[in-house]
Amino acid sequence: MPSFPRRLRVTGHVEIEFMSQVKDETPDMPAAPPQAGRRLHPLPIRVMHWINAIVMLVMITSGWGIYDDDVIIRGLHFSPFWRLGDWAAWSLNWHFAGMWFLGINGLIYLIYGFASGRLREKLLPIRPSDVVRTVIDTLHFKIAHEDITVYNAVQKLLYIVVILAGISQVVTGLAIWKPVQFSGLVWLFGGFQTARVLHFAGMAVIVGFLVVHVALALLVPRTLWAMVTGGPHLAVRSRIRKGHAQRGHAT
Amino acid sequence: MRSPFRPDAVPDAAVLDDHKPLVRTLERRGLIRGGLSLGALVMLTGCDVKRPEAVESALLALSRLTDDVQALLFNPNRLAPTYPASMILRPPKFNAYYDVMDVKPVDGATWRLDLSGLIADKHPWTLSQLQALPRSSMVIKHICVEGWSYIGGWTGVPLRVFLERVGADLRAKYVAFKTADDYPSSIDMATALHPQTLLATQYGGDPLADPFGYPVRLRMATKLGYKNPKWITAIEVTNTYPGGYWETKGFSWFAGL
Repeated sequence: MPSFPRRLRVTGHVEIEFMSQVKDETPDMPAAPPQAGRRLHPLPIRVMHWINAIVMLVMITSGWGIYDDDVIIRGLHFSPFWRLGDWAAWSLNWHFAGMWFLGINGLIYLIYGFASGRLREKLLPIRPSDVVRTVIDTLHFKIAHEDITVYNAVQKLLYIVVILAGISQVVTGLAIWKPVQFSGLVWLFGGFQTARVLHFAGMAVIVGFLVVHVALALLVPRTLWAMVTGGPHLAVRSRIRKGHAQRGHAT
Repeated sequence: MRSPFRPDAVPDAAVLDDHKPLVRTLERRGLIRGGLSLGALVMLTGCDVKRPEAVESALLALSRLTDDVQALLFNPNRLAPTYPASMILRPPKFNAYYDVMDVKPVDGATWRLDLSGLIADKHPWTLSQLQALPRSSMVIKHICVEGWSYIGGWTGVPLRVFLERVGADLRAKYVAFKTADDYPSSIDMATALHPQTLLATQYGGDPLADPFGYPVRLRMATKLGYKNPKWITAIEVTNTYPGGYWETKGFSWFAGL
């Protein structure tokens, strides 16, 4: 099969991935920078992402089981289908078991993210004008996703919001789990019941994020696959991206 | 701290021999396969897994670990927030494993408090004897494991005062309670000695009403509502884990706030 004409026909991103594969086999490529071979999602990120994905589902669905014994919003119940644990005792056991995995995994993620510079590199800066432009583009169904290694402004914002929501869930969770030992936290949130409502609201934020996040990942399965295999190699990526961008300007 | 759930006696080694064929059939591959399919099941069914035994025992093991951490987090000198008497809810909220109509009142005149276990003076107590002990009051938040809460005002004999008076071994691990409504319960000694742990006889300045535990109930500011037995008829100090009504159904034993 002739590879050259085929390559001409393929779209930008496939070409990029093709070239990044070539890179591994071509000895006369320029010497790679020190972080060459670093993938979009390094192994620790992938492991922590999938642990978090499972634990989040456990926390959300077991939380719904706990919620149902004394609802916050009158009339809002979660049917047994959506609850983890066949009744409150086991929903609580799931929730307090998941708590350890969520807390420890999340803490390591934050330490890793700050220490490696990944959080800053991926999520900052966010310019309000970029947010507005991305929203307008999205409303016109112009969702740019050729380059999955760079997040648009709305993505950055959503990831920051969900990380903050996760931290908030741990803190409000501690407040309602130990309102005497951590009475300072309860005071900070304006009382036990307020902390409880905030814990519920944090769940709603995370579920909202989850719906968008999963929908987009399924729309662009490449992103989902990247969170399994690691995705494109970054050093090569950025070099090619420059060329890609220049071509874009020329047209 | 040793887990309160660890059995005092371990099974005989011969039991292992009896089950050797069974143990041999346990394969790591099977565990992994089982774990994966359980994970898939959890996702697919919206988690309507009817607690397979392995899951249940794993959850209970983690619950015991969490109980141990709760015991470590418990600061015996930290007092729960208190509130002005004007905020006391009257009457308090009734909650039990049965309806309020099914409450069987206890006669205070014939009521006796039996003592057993690691206690020097096991003479039963009458209500008037108990009421002659120094009392203390607190206006605290009652927090239910379900999520609701209210502010209540309780008066009674600090459990520490009572345990010291009867010569209880204060180094023992557990204080267990039996009640007239068949609601056994038990707490750790550290919480039993906390100043906001009362053998309550009054609510809002009046004697306890029948639905709320007359003549004597436990009231702790540092534990969830279900840890506070009503209509107490016996107290035991022990080193053997006594469990409790909800605990045997899967709820956390420590349940500290």
